[in-house]
Amino acid sequence: MTNKSLPYWLIAPAALFTVALFLYPLSLVTLEAFTAKSGGYSLENFQTMVGHWKFGTALKNTLMLTALVVPLQMVVALSLAQLLTRVKSGRDTLLYVWTIPLGISDLAAGIIWLGIFEQTGFLNSALIGLGVVDAPVSILGFNDTFATLVAIVLAEIWRSTAIVLVILVSGIGLIPKEYAEAAEVFGAGAWAKFTKVTLPLLRPSLQTALILRSILALEVFAVVAALSGTKFPVLMGETYNWQFALQDGPVAAAFALVILTLSVGVTLVYLRWLRVPRGAGL
Amino acid sequence: MANIAIQNVTKSFGSYDALKGIGLAVADQEFLVLLGASGCGKSTLLRIIAGLETADIGEVHVGGERIDQLQAKDRRLAMVFQNYAVFPHLTVFENIAFGLRMQKRPQEIVSAKVNQVARMVHLEALLDRYSGQLSGGQRQQVAVGRALMTQPKVLMLDEPTAGVSPIVMDELFDRIIEVARTGISILMVEQNARQALEIADRGYVLVQGANRFTDTGAALLADPDVRKSFLGG
Amino acid sequence: MSTPLITIDVAQRRLRRLLLVGAAIATVWVLLPIYFLVVNAWSSQEAVNAFPKAFVPEMNHESLSFLLGFDGVLTSLVNSLIVAAITMVFSIGLGAPAGYALARYEFRGKGTFRLLILLTRAFPLPLLALPLTVLYIRLGVDDTLVGLALVHTMLALPFAVLITFSLFSGVPTELEEAAWVFGCTKVQAFRRVVLPIALPGLAASAIFAFVISWNEVFASSVLMIQNRTLTAFLLQNLDVSPMHMKFAGGALLVLPAATFMFLIRKHLFAMWGISNR
Repeated sequence: MTNKSLPYWLIAPAALFTVALFLYPLSLVTLEAFTAKSGGYSLENFQTMVGHWKFGTALKNTLMLTALVVPLQMVVALSLAQLLTRVKSGRDTLLYVWTIPLGISDLAAGIIWLGIFEQTGFLNSALIGLGVVDAPVSILGFNDTFATLVAIVLAEIWRSTAIVLVILVSGIGLIPKEYAEAAEVFGAGAWAKFTKVTLPLLRPSLQTALILRSILALEVFAVVAALSGTKFPVLMGETYNWQFALQDGPVAAAFALVILTLSVGVTLVYLRWLRVPRGAGL
Repeated sequence: MANIAIQNVTKSFGSYDALKGIGLAVADQEFLVLLGASGCGKSTLLRIIAGLETADIGEVHVGGERIDQLQAKDRRLAMVFQNYAVFPHLTVFENIAFGLRMQKRPQEIVSAKVNQVARMVHLEALLDRYSGQLSGGQRQQVAVGRALMTQPKVLMLDEPTAGVSPIVMDELFDRIIEVARTGISILMVEQNARQALEIADRGYVLVQGANRFTDTGAALLADPDVRKSFLGG
Repeated sequence: MSTPLITIDVAQRRLRRLLLVGAAIATVWVLLPIYFLVVNAWSSQEAVNAFPKAFVPEMNHESLSFLLGFDGVLTSLVNSLIVAAITMVFSIGLGAPAGYALARYEFRGKGTFRLLILLTRAFPLPLLALPLTVLYIRLGVDDTLVGLALVHTMLALPFAVLITFSLFSGVPTELEEAAWVFGCTKVQAFRRVVLPIALPGLAASAIFAFVISWNEVFASSVLMIQNRTLTAFLLQNLDVSPMHMKFAGGALLVLPAATFMFLIRKHLFAMWGISNR
C-alpha cells in the first residue's frame, strides 16, 4: 500500500457502501416505479397511484404541512438563536435543554403529543379545569381535519426545531461581532441589525437548514400515524401502506419517486434562491 | 466648545482596570491621536465614546451635549473600525449608503450623496463591487466613505493601519490627512506612534489606563520619555 | 416632534425582561410535553384513561410492566439494541477512515466523494428501504437484524463521515509527524497520538449513530416482520394498543435516547461547530 493509494483505501469502504446502499437502491426504486406488473416499462403504477382517492389528499396534506411547519420553525429557531446571543450566563444550559428533542424519535414525539391532544388528554383536562369549556373538545377525531392539522403542526415544530436551532446557532457563531457593532454605530436598532446584517450573513446556514428540514418535512410519517392513524393521509404514510398493507411494491415505489422528486426540486430551489454572490461571503 | 469632551471615564472588566479616570477633549478641526501600548485601554475608550461599551464612571459630551446615556444607534457618530467592518454582503454603494438608509432618507438624496462621497474617497468606479473583490486599502476607503456620509463633526478611527504593509500605510495616512483638511475633527487611535504624531495636531499617551502625556504632536515627538517608551529611542 | 430617545439603562432593562420571558416560555414548551409523557407512563391504566387527567404521576409501574410483559416487546427491545449497536460499529468503522482521509489527504476524486456524501442529504433515505425488501429476500437476509442495520448505517454514514472529518481536522498534523520522526509507523502514530485525542469525539458520534438507529421508524417497519425493533412494534400496534401501553412504549423509546444525547451533549455541540463563546 503506497502513500499515494492510502486515501483511496480509506474511503473505499464508505464509498462502496454508499454506492451499494444508496445509489443502487435509488436506481432500483426508480426502475420499479416505471415497471409494469406484466413486465416492460409503463406508467401504470403512477396511474394507479394518482387514481387512488387518497393520493390527492395525501399530496395536499404533505405540502400543506411542509409549507406551514418549515417557515414557522425557521422563525422560532431564529428567535431562539438571537435570544441566545444576548444571554450571558446559562447559555449552554438553555441550549442543552432546547436540543433535547433531537434525541426523541418522531414516533415517540407523536405519542407524546397524543397524550396532550387526545380526547381525555392533558389539553382537554386543562381546558375543563380552567373552566374554558364544559365538555372535552374533539381534536383528533374524524371530522376535525383542521384541528388535527394544527395538532400535527405543533407536534412537528416541537420535535424538529432543535436541528434548525443547532445549525443557526453555529452559523451565528461564525459572524464576527464587528458587523453588528458597525451597524449600531451607523444607526441600526435591534430589528434593523437583525434584518440588514445578521440575516443576510446567515444565508448559508439558512440554506442548509431549509433544505434539511424541507426534505424531512416531506417525509413526515410517524408523528402523523401516532396522532391521526389513517385519518390524515400523507405521502410517506401512503407509501408505507401500499408497501406493507396492500403488498404492492411498484405503486409504493411510485409514491417514493414522487417524494424523491419533490425533495430534489425543493433542494434545487433553495440552492438557487439562497446562493451567495461571488465576493459577498463572510 | 469642544467636539468631544470626556471627563473622568473609568472602566473595569472584572478585576482588570482598563481605564482610570481619563479626560480628554477634541477641539473644532483638531486632529488628535491617542497612543499607548497594546492593552492600555485606547480602543476601549473609543468604544465607550461610540456607545459599544459603557463606562463605570464618567461622562461623554459630543458637541456640547451629554451622550453617555444614549444607545450607540442614537449617538450620530462616525467611526472607522479596526479591520474596517465593511459589510461583506452589501455592495460598496450600499455600504457607504448604510448610515443614510438607517435614517430612512429618500433614494435620490442617498444616491446623490453616495456619489459625492465616492468621488471624495476615489471609489466611483467600484460602487457595485463586493468587499471580497476589493483590496485592503479600498476597503478602508469604503469604511471612511461610510463614516463621512453622515457629515460628522468628528471622525473616529480605531487603529486604521493595523496589519497593513508600510507602503499601504503611507497611502492610508495620506487619505486621512485629506479628510482632516476638509475641516472635520479627527480622533485616531494608533499603534504607529511616530507617523501618527507627525501628522497629528495633538496627542494623548495612555499608559496602563491613565493619561500620561499630553502635548502637541511635535512636542511629544521630541520628548525623551515618549521617545524611549514608544518611538524606540 | 420627535419621540424622546430611550436610554441605555431602559433599553437594557427591557431586553432583560424579554430574554427572561422568552427563555422561560421556550423551556416550558420543550419540557412540559416530556413531563406529560412521564406522567402517563408512570400511572396506572385507570389513571391514563381517567378524565380529567391528574397532572402528577402516580409513580405506578403498572403500565410499564404491562408493556414489558406483553408478548414480543422484550424481544423487540433487544432487537433495537442489537441493530443500533451494529449500526454504531458499522458507521464508525466505515465513516472514520473516510473522515480521516478527507482531513489529511488531497487526492483526485476527493471532490466527487464529498459530493456523493452531500448528495445523500438531498434524498429521503428511509425510502430506499423499499427496493431493499425484494433484494434482501433474494439475498436471504430479509427480516434480519444485520439487514436493517445496513440501512441504518446508510442513514448514519454521512454524519459519521462529516463529523469525523471535522474531528480529525482539529488534530494538528504536526503531532503525527512528530511521532513518525520518533520512529512510529503510520498505524502506531495514529493509535498513540491521534486516537486518544479523537476518542471522545468518536465515542460521541458513535452514540449519535446509535440514537439514529434506535429512533428510526420507517425502514424498521418496512423491512422487519418477525424480528421487529421496538419502533416497528409500536408503530404496527398503534391502532390496536391501549393508551397506557402506547405511553409506556413512548417512554421506553425516549428515555434511553434522551439520556445518551444528554451525556454526549458537549461533544455534539463541538461536532456541530457551536463554540463556547
